[in-house]
Amino acid sequence: MTSIGTGYDLSVSTYSPDGRVFQVEYAQKAVDNSGTAIGLRVKGGVVLAVEKIKHSRLLVPHSNRRIMTAGKYIGVASAGWMSDTRHLVKRVRDEARSYNDVYKTKIPASIIAERLGMYVQAYTLYSSVRPFGVSTLLACMDRNGPQLYMVEPSGQYVGYRGCAVGKGKQVAKTEIEKLNFDNMSVREAVKEAARIIYTAHDDTKDKLFELELSWVCEESNGLHEHVPQDLYDEAVQYAERSLDEDEDEDNEMEDDEDL
Amino acid sequence: MDPIELRLPHTLQRPQATSNHEPITHSTEPIVTGTSVVAFKYKDGIMMAADCLGSYGRMAMFRNERRLMAVGKTTLLGMSGDISDYQHMQHTLENIMTQEYDMDDGQRLGTKSIYKCISKIMYNRRSKMNPLWNSYVIAGVDSGEKVLGYVDLIGTTYESPTIATGYGSHMAQPILRKVVEGREDEITEEEAVKIIEDCMRVLYYRDARAFNKLTRAKVTAQGVEITEPYSLETNWDFAESIVGYGA
Repeated sequence: MTSIGTGYDLSVSTYSPDGRVFQVEYAQKAVDNSGTAIGLRVKGGVVLAVEKIKHSRLLVPHSNRRIMTAGKYIGVASAGWMSDTRHLVKRVRDEARSYNDVYKTKIPASIIAERLGMYVQAYTLYSSVRPFGVSTLLACMDRNGPQLYMVEPSGQYVGYRGCAVGKGKQVAKTEIEKLNFDNMSVREAVKEAARIIYTAHDDTKDKLFELELSWVCEESNGLHEHVPQDLYDEAVQYAERSLDEDEDEDNEMEDDEDL
Repeated sequence: MDPIELRLPHTLQRPQATSNHEPITHSTEPIVTGTSVVAFKYKDGIMMAADCLGSYGRMAMFRNERRLMAVGKTTLLGMSGDISDYQHMQHTLENIMTQEYDMDDGQRLGTKSIYKCISKIMYNRRSKMNPLWNSYVIAGVDSGEKVLGYVDLIGTTYESPTIATGYGSHMAQPILRKVVEGREDEITEEEAVKIIEDCMRVLYYRDARAFNKLTRAKVTAQGVEITEPYSLETNWDFAESIVGYGA
């Protein structure tokens, strides 16, 4: 680790000779250490799911939420440092409010993503600050339908049909790529999202985790909210069942090999 | 012959502040206004009504104004007075409710809290000598208790089983005193609708700033329901028998 930056990683205002800014890449690493967060954008809405890793059994259930709401209808899920996340969520809320104060209409997803992206990017320019150790998923419904954006520590923001960040992002991405977004209801997407988080979860590294699920869709009247409890339970059941099935298949294959 | 003098709100000569030592003189009158709001408690909750007219001075300028709104799911707000100030209040409340929603703590602002909040906004603005030119009627069922309160442009508040603002406080309040007070827990929804329509009809007959198209709302433990605008049947036959008043 000591030789990685070789002096070019001391400040965000210094490039390395091959044109990289190491501090930004380190911020990305902070994101990669976090529990997985995914977003799925289907026809009727957007679903956010987070694997919230718990460091203690003593934590109050549902505390330290990693999915938050900004301006009622924007969902913000994040991977990375929670303290940085809270700061960015406040920024999103302030932007949403000021846009509404000026234009008397809710802020479109593309604009909130652009503004958050610009804000995050500004923290990659000055030696006196460090970049945000957070990737942020933004979910909302606007006049162009459901929207999903991800803002990275570099300030890059891109719109997605489905995306994943955090520890399990490789596993999650391969699972997301198998999905048929065009023919999927929001309720199905919730179940798939739960399944993907369960699949991406690595029991050997982190034992305790809590699944967070939220959506923005017609059923929620365009508001961002946690999915209803019955749907949550259904999704968890579905996720656990499909994990068991996978395990059975693996066992069968092992049995075959024994023969 | 003298020329006809037109006195529309924007043509009025307003007092001008001449130096920094004189009080602020803007916002000393409303421009586009809504007239009375009538509300009272009945068996299941609170019934409220307001007509759909936005008057520009004495002119019946806007005839499709909504002056009743829901704040959150369980609070009903009725407004009389300046409509642009009302729009400002709507925006302020929207921001507050958004903040509350984003908090995501399982708490909801009850009617009492919203009532207190609006009254503080009104009192704060009057203390800056820049009042919001409105009277508000706030109604709701807050933890099983019926709440019906009033707050005006100087921040005066009171709660009562029957409330009527503006001209209604002269024309509708006596009717409500007689018909409603003491019977708040007996009056059925059907009777409440009849009472409030009678009040609105009397107001339409006698308040020159009133209109027979109105919206009516009820708030119960189940939440707020606001009707689409509808018109009251009126009968002007009695006008024949009026003698005097230059007729």
